[in-house]
Amino acid sequence: MKLGFNLILGGALTALVILAGLLAPWLAHFDPVLDADLMSAELPPDSTFWFGTDAQGRDVYSRILYGAQISLTVGIVSQIINTIIGVALGMSAAYWGGWWDDLVNGLTNVMLAIPSLIFALAVMAVLGPGLVSLLIALGLTNWSWTCRIARSSTLSLKSLGYVQAAQTLGYSDPRIMFTQILPNIMGPVLVMATLGMGSAVLSEAALSFLGLGIQPPFPSWGSMLTDARQMIQIAPWTAIFPGMAIFFAVLGFNLLGDGLRDMLDPHMRTRKL
Amino acid sequence: MKPLLDVRNLELGLRHGGQAHRILKGVSFQIMPGETYGLVGESGSGKSVTSLAIIGLLKKPLQTLGGEIFFEGRNLLALPRREMRSLRGNRIAMVFQEPMSALNPLQTVGRQIAEMYVQHQGRSWAQAEKMAVEALASVRVPTPERRVRDYPHQMSGGLRQRVMIAMALACDPALLIADEPTTALDVTVQAEVLKLIRELCAERGTAVLFISHDLGVIATMCQRVGVMYAGCLVEENATRDLFVSPQHEYTRGLLGALPKLGSRRLHGRQRLVDIDSFIADRSRLTETRFIAPRNSVSGEAG
Amino acid sequence: MLRFTIRRVLQIIPTIVVVALLIFVIFSVVPGSFATSLLSDGKTTPDPQLMARLNEQLGLDKPVHQRFITYVGDLAQLDLGTSFRTRRPVLELINERIWASLQLAVAAMIFAVVVAVPLGFLAALRPGSILDTVTMVGAVSGLSLPQFWLGLLLMYVFALQLNWLPSFGYGDGSLRNLILPAITLGVTPLALLARTTRAGVLDVLNGDFVRTAHAKGLSEAQVVRRHVARNALVLIITTVGLLFGSLIGQAVVIEKLFAWPGIGSLLVDSVAMRDIPVVQGTILVIVVWFLVINTAVDIVYALVDPRIKQE
Repeated sequence: MKLGFNLILGGALTALVILAGLLAPWLAHFDPVLDADLMSAELPPDSTFWFGTDAQGRDVYSRILYGAQISLTVGIVSQIINTIIGVALGMSAAYWGGWWDDLVNGLTNVMLAIPSLIFALAVMAVLGPGLVSLLIALGLTNWSWTCRIARSSTLSLKSLGYVQAAQTLGYSDPRIMFTQILPNIMGPVLVMATLGMGSAVLSEAALSFLGLGIQPPFPSWGSMLTDARQMIQIAPWTAIFPGMAIFFAVLGFNLLGDGLRDMLDPHMRTRKL
Repeated sequence: MKPLLDVRNLELGLRHGGQAHRILKGVSFQIMPGETYGLVGESGSGKSVTSLAIIGLLKKPLQTLGGEIFFEGRNLLALPRREMRSLRGNRIAMVFQEPMSALNPLQTVGRQIAEMYVQHQGRSWAQAEKMAVEALASVRVPTPERRVRDYPHQMSGGLRQRVMIAMALACDPALLIADEPTTALDVTVQAEVLKLIRELCAERGTAVLFISHDLGVIATMCQRVGVMYAGCLVEENATRDLFVSPQHEYTRGLLGALPKLGSRRLHGRQRLVDIDSFIADRSRLTETRFIAPRNSVSGEAG
Repeated sequence: MLRFTIRRVLQIIPTIVVVALLIFVIFSVVPGSFATSLLSDGKTTPDPQLMARLNEQLGLDKPVHQRFITYVGDLAQLDLGTSFRTRRPVLELINERIWASLQLAVAAMIFAVVVAVPLGFLAALRPGSILDTVTMVGAVSGLSLPQFWLGLLLMYVFALQLNWLPSFGYGDGSLRNLILPAITLGVTPLALLARTTRAGVLDVLNGDFVRTAHAKGLSEAQVVRRHVARNALVLIITTVGLLFGSLIGQAVVIEKLFAWPGIGSLLVDSVAMRDIPVVQGTILVIVVWFLVINTAVDIVYALVDPRIKQE
């Protein structure tokens, strides 16, 4: 029962975020960037501005809806990059073994030794702020976990013998990896990717806070929160709503990931701390 | 002679919502003092769960739904927990299937055996650890004075199982429950451990409830056998009689599935018969039960 | 045991070396130089001659491979270079601020352990109970919170509205200043620790040897005390150690938010100023710290669990 609960709630929250992002142009009341009227700056929530307005007079509610688009983009794209790198390296390392495996392991150890936020920070420092740099930076940080999972899953599959069977049948290595191994390791990898989406959104918030993320005036939830810092005493709603948006979105991803993991656990043990 | 263990109409299962789902349906059998009784059946027949009910270690959500378990005259199911605990390990002991994981990996085997003396006989740890050496010697572990300081991972599966037996027999229980004790061991080690159990229990007059799915093992160890299927005891007899003339269709199917030495010579080439082709309709199987009356002459192990 | 220790210690050295190299490579391509950030005031482009002189002084005019050799050579002597901005040795700067970071990390960890371990234990001993559900829901929520949002809210409630605690700064180093940042930093390790403790204890409880212990006639309390606790503790201690090692790296945002004078805020400021030696040095220190703690955890684990030494 607990199993289903995670999946259902997580799925619902995630679906909510996706809908908010997809339907933003129809659900929003104002343009998130252009409708900035200084006369109506820092207004508390009322019937026109459901979540109030920020320092530039922009509607917080509309900005949050559009912010969902950014957060989803960040989450999905960064995890796609992560997954591709992680699976490619992990699967091939376990499959071929030898010096390649040692190399990948060493690289993974190095990546794991550097705290992910700091690595992202460094990459952003090199690439400059903005959405694209953010996607690249986040895509390059968490692949080591995915790599580990992919590697250990592939290793346990290898020991099952059907890989050897496929080899004796004369299948080429890439064919075996794509058709035999990949479908079977996708479970834990998917779990990692879902959880990674939450982590990516949180990192975006942190990086924006440090001045390196999405630049104004784009309505990423993280930068909204950063702007709100100044005004927390006079206009707390500017901080509360973006933070809640992040919280519920990440909670959704985490619950969904946990639910998926519980579903798969009898078959494969994933252990991310 | 009064039976040591008298299980009457035991029913086990789950309670979900208002409904009870029975896993064990009205199982009854008796074990005399010093007797070795075997419970045989396939996985899911309910044999392990019966033994857990006897020793009082049924895990939620399983619970007893009805019946009684009389041990030395007292109904175990009606005993307060504290009294049941004082019986456990002391008068009724159990040996489990997986020696690999059944011992605490962070404690020496000596300590774990000694715990029995401390717990049930009020000995000091120092005394108990000395007694642990003797216990190890009694289960034929070589150089017990050194082995006593070993950790479980330093011992082979067979040795670990001997440690388990030493722990179980430490306080001279009246009943030993052995749940598939040799299934996880190599065949050669199996034979030694079985011999050990047989000899030690005969020496001390310990009754044994021996659970297995392996008919061969049952045949060597037990004087009487009960066959379990789908939560019912469908046949019970002295071992030799059961094997020579099985009454219940399921028992016949079980025995029929065994390849027999020399049968090709006698009967010519035949397919190995599996149980499902032997039994016409499984759902009818628990309708009749064949419980043989106990002879005054105790049957020998076949 | 000694051999094991030495082997583990030697194992991290190649990682440190590669990280040091990686850091250098990354930061040798940072656009915008320190000189620009220092000299430009946003209105006029700085005088190129001035820039050239500054670059020369900082050694930035030398070709990459030469800078690389100097870097490696310095590192070998445990010299982390000199800050562009303040001309002081990086090591000195780090030394000044590392204590504040450690204080924060230790306080956050204590907070996390004191709350998470008992909760996790109890939740595992009563699975499916209200306590269990609340603990797990709380844990997953804790992992979903943006750290600085939590910090902001705490600041808002406790410092600005209620005025119980100072809203930022190290102040006179007293405990009052430590509370808010420590709690904010400690929430994530708390959530993780509660989950791993619960999972670890449950694992042990479901283990065969716990069933054996019950079969021996021990009471619930005795089983937990003698058999479960030790086995679960091993997992808990290693988790605590690993979390602690990564805590300094995660404190970056918190230090900035609460204006806490630790190496996290030093790092962020230096990145903004393009003060490369400080950036490189700080990252290296953080990484080395993490690896050292991890190795210590492994060694402690080997001491406690007799199975490991056999390797």
